[in-house]
Amino acid sequence: MEPSKGRTEVNFIKVGLIFLFIALVFGVVGALQYVIPGLFRSNFSFEKVRPLHVSSAVFWILITSCGVVLHYQRKVMGQIWSNKLIKWQLFFFLAAMISILSSYILGIFGGREYWEFPPFLAIPFGIAWILFTINVFKSVLVYRKQPVYIWMWLTGAVFFLITFLESYLWLIPPFRTNIVNDMTIQWKSYGSMVGGWNMLIYGTSIYLMDKISGTKHYSYSKIAFWLYFLGLFNLMFNWGHHIYTLPIPKFIQYISYLVSMTELLLLGRIIYYWRTTVNAAARHFHILPFRFLFAADIWIFLTLILAIAMSIPSINAYTHGTHITVGHTMGATIGINTFLLLAYVTDIFNIHNPKGVRIITIFLYITMLDLFIFWISLIIAGIIKADWQMHYPEDAFSLMMYSLKPYFMSFFISGTLMATSFTVIIWAIFRYSNIHSVKDNKG
Amino acid sequence: MIDRFKVSIFLTLTVLFICYTFYLYHINYKTQTHADLMADKGKHIWQDLNCSACHQVYGLGGYLGPDLTNVCSRLTNQQISSKIHTGTNIMPSYNLSEEETLQLIAYLKSLNASGIASPSKLKLNIDGTIER
Repeated sequence: MEPSKGRTEVNFIKVGLIFLFIALVFGVVGALQYVIPGLFRSNFSFEKVRPLHVSSAVFWILITSCGVVLHYQRKVMGQIWSNKLIKWQLFFFLAAMISILSSYILGIFGGREYWEFPPFLAIPFGIAWILFTINVFKSVLVYRKQPVYIWMWLTGAVFFLITFLESYLWLIPPFRTNIVNDMTIQWKSYGSMVGGWNMLIYGTSIYLMDKISGTKHYSYSKIAFWLYFLGLFNLMFNWGHHIYTLPIPKFIQYISYLVSMTELLLLGRIIYYWRTTVNAAARHFHILPFRFLFAADIWIFLTLILAIAMSIPSINAYTHGTHITVGHTMGATIGINTFLLLAYVTDIFNIHNPKGVRIITIFLYITMLDLFIFWISLIIAGIIKADWQMHYPEDAFSLMMYSLKPYFMSFFISGTLMATSFTVIIWAIFRYSNIHSVKDNKG
Repeated sequence: MIDRFKVSIFLTLTVLFICYTFYLYHINYKTQTHADLMADKGKHIWQDLNCSACHQVYGLGGYLGPDLTNVCSRLTNQQISSKIHTGTNIMPSYNLSEEETLQLIAYLKSLNASGIASPSKLKLNIDGTIER
């Protein structure tokens, strides 16, 4: 047994935490530019700050997801097919991610929303993901009778790759001549891509819950597989809510609307099992990773209600293009993805030092409160913008933005406090990690 | 749940997904417009300047500036050109050549011709669907 300190997948997580910190810094700068319009206009304007923030947050989610999946898969399977491939994957990821952030700082773009970097930089990123997919598949020794999280990891790896490639179809001229159809394929790929990384993250949460509860009943159960197929169904077909208001064929709206409503089953299940969840929380709350899992559970509930409402086209007509959409994205990426990933990180980094646990717990509570204020500020700002775009579109945009100023201020203050709390959590994870004591199976 | 049943569901969903995807590609191919080189170059300029960080097209994009889908219905070419070159108190100025400015305006015109972005023009139905 060798200590996992040198394991490359742990380095994925360390790099991921650094990207989280970078995302927080640029998030604060971006929020400040909402409060003080025109700040850094000539040298570091919002068209640089926004992609720096968004891409760093996406890199945190992706590189950390890969790291935790490889780490836990090594535990489940006893080995990872190729350690060399993991190192190459990290190399390609870092090459792509550092080049991408540098290109933004230099003001070199050329891509589209969320992937604003010059398209050739997608090549090392794609290679890294192909290596990950090969490793995840090859490490599964027997495909029969695998738990649901293995299915989710494999599905997530493949669907992310497919949709990532699909998001670059615009490089082929026939795909981009019709603007509306081009946007349809763009948002089809983005919607499913998020579903792809969620498969990796949610799959890992099932593994971790098994580990905490000490049983494997759930991950082999019928209900776990039905919920997995429901998630897959939504990943494939519910992306249409991004483009309801575009002049698209009606069937896209109907399919997406119907498919999205199946998420009511998930909402119903959460409400039905709420008492069980609270009981489990009481039982396991002494375990630090569980506290993050429980925090994510609360945000899954809040975000799902908002997501289902936004999937109804006539409600979407109000929320589309407003800060309510941003609120939904923040709830999903911070409240769900980041809290879940931090649950895995605190588990893998084996934090048991009482002082470390106390600091992380206190700042988790502060983060939760700040995130809630941040989320509500965005929703209120979104409601005001929705009222403007539906009822007073002839009024000046600048006047509407001026009326949002108090909510931007609240969003900036709560966002800055949240960023500070996350920074303390990141520091505490590095400071109190007990990585030497983590032994893993020989790979 | 037996493995064969799981695989059957997975394959069924995957086949449906592939059919749906290729049907959308087919629609895209069928409805491709006559390639307007000016507008296509303008679209590249839009991406090179990362305009979508602040501006939206059909409500998709940034939130700092206004939606530009139908800006050509509100402003003249001269006004748009002036905004690009002098900027505003929030937007930086862009030193585009005359040709690049015309290409960017051609792209904005093609956006304008593609439809109306304002959600206030949508008809909301009682069953939750919307119509143009």
